[in-house]
Amino acid sequence: MYERLEEITLAEQEVAERYDHTVNVCMAAGCMSSQSGAIKEAIDKEVEANGLERWCRVRGVGCMGLCAHGPLVAVDNGKPAETMYQYVTPEDAPAIVGSLDTAPVERLRCPTDVPFFQRQHKIVLENSGLIDPERIEEYIAADGYTALIKAITEMSPAEVIDEIITSGLRGRGGGGYPTGLKWTTVAKSDGETKYVICNADEGDPGAFMDRSVLESDPHRILEGMAIAGYAIGASQGYIYVRGEYPLAVARLKTAIRQARRVNMLGSGIAGTPFAFHIDIRLGAGAFVCGEETALIASIEGRRGQPRPRPPYPAEYGLWGQPTLINNVETLASVAPIIRNGGAWYAGMGTAKSKGTKVFALAGSINNTGLIEVPMGTSLREIIYEIGGGVSGGGKCKAIQTGGPSGGCIPADFLDTPVDYESLSALGSIMGSGGMIVMDETASMVDVARFFMEFCMTESCGRCVPCRVGTVHMHNLLDKFSRKEATPHDLVLLEKLCDMVRNTSLCGLGQTAPNPVMSTLRYFRHEYMAAITEEAADLFVLDPALSVSRNGATQRAPKLEVAS
Amino acid sequence: MPLRNEKVEPPSDDKRWRIVQATMQRNGFERDGLIETLHTVQESFGYLDDDSLRYVAASLNAPLSQVYGVSTFYHLFSLKPAGRHACVVCLGTACYIKGMPALLKEIEKRYGIKAGETTADGHLSLLTARCLGACGLAPVAVFDGNIAGKLDMAEALNRLQEMTTVATEVESVREA
Amino acid sequence: MKRPFKTRVKTLTIDGMAVGAREDETILELAQANGIFIPTLCHLEGVHDIGACRLCLVEIKGTSKLLPACMTYAEEGMEVITDSERLLTYRRQVLDLLFSERNHVCAVCVSNGHCELQWLAEKLGISHVGVPYLYPQLAVDASHSFYVLDHNRCILCTRCVRVCDEIEGAHTWDVMGRGVECRVISDLNQPWGTADSCTRCGKCVQVCPTGALFSKGKAVAEMTKKREFLPYLQLMREGRK
Repeated sequence: MYERLEEITLAEQEVAERYDHTVNVCMAAGCMSSQSGAIKEAIDKEVEANGLERWCRVRGVGCMGLCAHGPLVAVDNGKPAETMYQYVTPEDAPAIVGSLDTAPVERLRCPTDVPFFQRQHKIVLENSGLIDPERIEEYIAADGYTALIKAITEMSPAEVIDEIITSGLRGRGGGGYPTGLKWTTVAKSDGETKYVICNADEGDPGAFMDRSVLESDPHRILEGMAIAGYAIGASQGYIYVRGEYPLAVARLKTAIRQARRVNMLGSGIAGTPFAFHIDIRLGAGAFVCGEETALIASIEGRRGQPRPRPPYPAEYGLWGQPTLINNVETLASVAPIIRNGGAWYAGMGTAKSKGTKVFALAGSINNTGLIEVPMGTSLREIIYEIGGGVSGGGKCKAIQTGGPSGGCIPADFLDTPVDYESLSALGSIMGSGGMIVMDETASMVDVARFFMEFCMTESCGRCVPCRVGTVHMHNLLDKFSRKEATPHDLVLLEKLCDMVRNTSLCGLGQTAPNPVMSTLRYFRHEYMAAITEEAADLFVLDPALSVSRNGATQRAPKLEVAS
Repeated sequence: MPLRNEKVEPPSDDKRWRIVQATMQRNGFERDGLIETLHTVQESFGYLDDDSLRYVAASLNAPLSQVYGVSTFYHLFSLKPAGRHACVVCLGTACYIKGMPALLKEIEKRYGIKAGETTADGHLSLLTARCLGACGLAPVAVFDGNIAGKLDMAEALNRLQEMTTVATEVESVREA
Repeated sequence: MKRPFKTRVKTLTIDGMAVGAREDETILELAQANGIFIPTLCHLEGVHDIGACRLCLVEIKGTSKLLPACMTYAEEGMEVITDSERLLTYRRQVLDLLFSERNHVCAVCVSNGHCELQWLAEKLGISHVGVPYLYPQLAVDASHSFYVLDHNRCILCTRCVRVCDEIEGAHTWDVMGRGVECRVISDLNQPWGTADSCTRCGKCVQVCPTGALFSKGKAVAEMTKKREFLPYLQLMREGRK
């Protein structure tokens, strides 16, 4: 192991041993929005007031996952996260500090022996909530940067790529394209200069995995990018991050500065000839910039409009050079894979979807927050066991995955294993990992209209089907949600869905009809119920379009068994 | 029409232009740095006016229409000055499901503005965000930079009331 | 964005017809050279392609996605289909959407009878528009001393933007906003007549496929467009190299 890392690790361990207690306060955006900053200050003051500074340290850490119960504070007296407190307020500081040597404060206690904590399998989130994201020393003490050192000192670039191929890792941004294959293509492409881009333009409404990883463990991304750079022969990387995530940006900046200081970024990394630099580029509020070619246009300072592929960025990307674009979660999985071997990673998950996946649980669910589970875990387990079931005692009606590009999976399919293939067989997609639970009160037509409005306003305006088609689909859905639709509207809506899906230029347009098509597939009766009586009666007279209102209401959704 | 040169004079001797210049310098006065530069202008001045767009275009040797095209493509850039106070309402899926549309409608009604607008007295800008990524706390809104989660109607209106009253007080002090 | 190709000959079929192609030839160029009609709107010989109008989409055997002929290069053994019923349906729908997006009233348009949108609609047999009209309220900019911009007729093909940038080099035009709110603008979204960067060359007017850009003083159906300058300029530039 590289000496410098060893020194830092030892120093960190020494520091840790000096303290009897460690109080970790969640400082990710969720808890910070409910005053966790003030809580940390209050605990700090309390520790000082009691003269405990030499025995107890107070740290700000990343996301602990259970955002719904925030602000969260964890206390360890030897073991990490032994006691967890929920709904903490600054006024609770004396009680927490006062109980350090005695029994925990029961009224604040958040049970940790529940499925939410027990059933998860953390790889991407292994450090989240356990280390201070603003100190590189803690990342290093948690085996950080050892994968990078291993890659550049013991492995050839081809061996690194092989390890990624063996792991079976697939793109976590939603597409599910095999990561190893992507790396191979870029490595083989001719080009004087190559680039690595981390796509942190998490735009799906309802998804916050990337934000959490960036805020809780930024060095993991830097390490993953540097390894990728070594594997494909790039020495410059960019992180394209949403302008809406100021905390993530600040932490990334700090992390880059620190990594440069200990020579894990920059020239001659760890005494080898390998050089890698990372710069941050800020998005400015455009969902379409999550699309590879639009993202590149945006980094180049232009309007974020996609262009047709091929050529793919792997051959012709940033400034015309071969470019590797990977999502945050994909890059976050790289270091553990190199550290533990591709076979270890491939040992988790299903036949075609390996490893683990982070999901953001939101909507009508008790344990809203962030979880990481092995691929193939069933929706039921995620919603009812880990997620603690539907909130307010309601019944689950559908689960929305994949955001505006995904679909609504009805509760009938709760036993579906969550992997790329099973979800797309159900007419949805894995997407980046947003999972919104909807109870019986949710109107599926409204949900479809909501997503179509999203796509309409986020359409870049370049290609005709997406620019104009989404407007028409939105207007039609609006009629349905006002219950003023005609059977003709339904026919037109389905036609437009087909056309926009097949003729749009980029992924945004091609997937924009997905929420409509999946709700039409499983909840067609809700659309039929929005057709006015008069319109329906008139329509029956037209034999060419013989879908009578009643006939269609009775048509049950086709059930397809997904194995 | 200004001609090629990096030494284009800023529109005024406001010191904030130095920060903008520094950003452009960091990017070698290349057009690639346009979005970064616009971010800096917006951070420094609150919005992008015609003078600043002309200055940036001239400094980066970028066509005016391109600069305008980029400024209006991205939602975070604003060409109009913002109100003294801002309320950003999250319209992400989780917030949507947890009742944000009704809340937004009520705020719009109460203050007589639509989302994206500023009240006539310049006190309040009502903005929307695609998703603030705090879905665990839905519905979420940001009041002058402070995120508030699990909002209900009373709480939201209360916060707005507080914000705008403080504004009026400050105003009257200034006038007095 | 031409890729650096070596010139090797490729053989492929278009609608069953065997054709030989250079590696740097697009399906569209190849089809045109062989007398096969593929409709286009945003394509303009002499400026770079953007694949935006989606009219030239073709089917390629073995690929599930439809690809724009203007930006897809010939490859060995390709089997291209340009005129399937499915493609025709989509093309008609694209035109439907374009007609519905703004206010295309041919009867009172200066380009009536000389309009590419109108011509394509006739050619593809469109008798009525299958989606509701959006009827946006749009302005007409007549501030320029020679020309007029009528947003009501604009289809956002961006030929004007590209010809102004790539051929004239002025980049007076660009597009502002996004989605259906996109508008062609000059300089800082100011009246065209006040845009200092405009050289008044009129190239944009000549390449505009519809009556969105026209010469002042033209009455209904009087605006014909002259495009000879584009191949001429191209030839002259190549000759200089």
